[in-house]
Amino acid sequence: MPDNGTPDFSNWICPLPLRDYPTIVMGHGGGGKLGNELVEHLFLPAFRNPALENLGDAAVFEIGSGRLAMSTDSFVVQPLFFPGGSIGELAVNGTVNDVAVSGADPKYLSASFILEEGFPLAQLAAVVNAMAEAAAKAGVRIVTGDTKVVERGHGDGCYINTAGVGLIRQGISVGPNRAQVGDVVLVSGTIGDHGMAIMSVREGLEFESQIRSDCAALNGMIADVLDAVGTSVHTMRDPTRGGLASTLNEIATASNIGIEIDESKVRVRSEVQSACELLGLDPVYVANEGKAVFFIAADAADRALKVLRSHPLGRDAARIGVVTAQHPRMLVARTQMGSNRVIATQIGEQLPRIC
Amino acid sequence: MKYLNEFRNGEIAQRMAREIWQVATRPWKIMEVCGGQTHSIIRNGIDQMLPPGIEMIHGPGCPVCVTPLALIDKALAIAAQPGVIFCSFGDMLRVPGTDADLFQIKGRGGDVRVVYSPLDAVELAVKHPDKQVVFFGVGFETTAPANAMSVHLAKRRGLENFSLLVSHVLVPPAIEAIMSSPENQVQAFLAAGHVCSVMGFWEYPPLADQFQIPIVVTGFEPLDLLDGIRRAVIQLEKGEHHVENAYERIVTYAGNLEAQRLLAEVFEITDRSWRGIGVIPRSGWRLNDNYRDFDAEERFQIRGIHTEESPLCKSGDVLRGAIKPAECPAFAKQCTPRHPLGATMVSSEGACAAYFNYGRFLSADELASAGVAHAR
Repeated sequence: MPDNGTPDFSNWICPLPLRDYPTIVMGHGGGGKLGNELVEHLFLPAFRNPALENLGDAAVFEIGSGRLAMSTDSFVVQPLFFPGGSIGELAVNGTVNDVAVSGADPKYLSASFILEEGFPLAQLAAVVNAMAEAAAKAGVRIVTGDTKVVERGHGDGCYINTAGVGLIRQGISVGPNRAQVGDVVLVSGTIGDHGMAIMSVREGLEFESQIRSDCAALNGMIADVLDAVGTSVHTMRDPTRGGLASTLNEIATASNIGIEIDESKVRVRSEVQSACELLGLDPVYVANEGKAVFFIAADAADRALKVLRSHPLGRDAARIGVVTAQHPRMLVARTQMGSNRVIATQIGEQLPRIC
Repeated sequence: MKYLNEFRNGEIAQRMAREIWQVATRPWKIMEVCGGQTHSIIRNGIDQMLPPGIEMIHGPGCPVCVTPLALIDKALAIAAQPGVIFCSFGDMLRVPGTDADLFQIKGRGGDVRVVYSPLDAVELAVKHPDKQVVFFGVGFETTAPANAMSVHLAKRRGLENFSLLVSHVLVPPAIEAIMSSPENQVQAFLAAGHVCSVMGFWEYPPLADQFQIPIVVTGFEPLDLLDGIRRAVIQLEKGEHHVENAYERIVTYAGNLEAQRLLAEVFEITDRSWRGIGVIPRSGWRLNDNYRDFDAEERFQIRGIHTEESPLCKSGDVLRGAIKPAECPAFAKQCTPRHPLGATMVSSEGACAAYFNYGRFLSADELASAGVAHAR
């Protein structure tokens, strides 16, 4: 890098798309195309290895005779406490879910805290207690950790990173690249709850009824599905940042298949829909923290749906679509009007509209 | 959801579409003025439900799209200044100026904030007396009352650190400009329902008379749009041309008189440059002499803006309705939402972005081969 601080991209591998944004913008963290470009053109070339290349929610690798799934996630949510949870529950459940959707049974977590000078200890205690409760509920142990403190003004109170590992079940082989033509797409419940809960608190928007985050550990529900129809499950994901649309687009691309969904089958709570309408947002792009998407062989889909619906976290589960050989790498929705629309990956964050 | 789901009923929509099929005997070109209507038409596939001869032409009513590049560059220059908190609605942040967008200014250290109301920006000015707070007040008549209220309050509260970078544009002069263009093809208008919620529709009968065109005040939900189109087609088929209100649950003839009073107090009519179209006389509002002190252009005196539009971008032709987005040679090739050449590809209300995001760059054959039967 030259001394004048101008980045020098000339020695990069395939740097072209990154040149548009010589500095990091918020969209690089929005779960859309900008973030994907960072992964594809910076992280992947730098760290390339088979376990990483899969680009799943967790990496899968073998140690001894076992296959392990490992995942990590950082949590920078503001506000730290919101209806339905806090950064503490998120930090545990987010990583538990990333390991669980890889077909593994999450067991052990690490937790690192980056705290800002002046952050009230009482708040930290509340966060830590929330983590302990969430870990107990999910049946995981937090076995190692770290604490760093940064000067006032250099952090936002409290950032948390967690990593988790789990042993992958025998005979289970799921991944974003394994969805097959003919698979049925199931979603475990309503979408958009977490993102709109955060946004309504953050922006001081008040609606008739409070929107609560759906933050929850999904490993129990996923285990029930795997117990019932394990070998028929091809792909599982938790549609967090970027929402259902980004997750389905990623799977369509990774598996080189087309996905067709029926918009009327995708359930959105009325208060979430109201909030989205008000802000001009599309709930399919809004984050979830307690939902899973399943791609399942058609003959096992009904059984899986029944199992999901009998679990407290999957009561609103629904069959929303199918995998097709047509329009590979594309997500097409049938609208309530009976017409079709393509649902594309967002560029960065969704932006509220002017009017 | 009350007042929304009732207007998204697929069965009723099919019934209304069938009625349009029955009524239409000839091809007609109808322009929906507002970008929000374009977005809804493309998202819901309303255009796919119409008979082949009924063509929707997408009008210039996307505030993000028609804001001139020079003003965007001014916004970027002001936002980059130290001591400034620059507030904007979200969708202005990704609109490319000549060298950057507001997101990049933010990434470089500019204090750029998304707000949901200009009144939030006024509150920021109260909270940060040591900063200059600027609100980027773009939009049509719809957003103008809130912007007017912001400077009205700022003046009443004696806030010397609040200003408005204002570029308001007006629908009736745009309709007049489109109809006066020698290459005009538009035969009827769907007037923008939310604009009319503020202004009423008393401005439109003279236009309907002068240009002998049906104008139907229309809402934004699928059934609203189908009803607006249906009424326009019925008038066209009968050879009639008057103003109809198909958005009665929101719009009255006189409009919101209190808002109009406030607008008259704060703004005055001015010529405005529309991006991609050019200057339309008396087509916008600026702050009047009583509020000139709150005009960010006066306060910051940004000079030396040299703008350059992409020579490939045909957004002007799109905004005038001369071409459809997919007919632009750069569409989905050099120009994508990831890499927009013009504002119509940036804003989610922009016609190009709507076409791109909802997959209208696919040919009919490609969509048909998607194995999904289209609604007729």
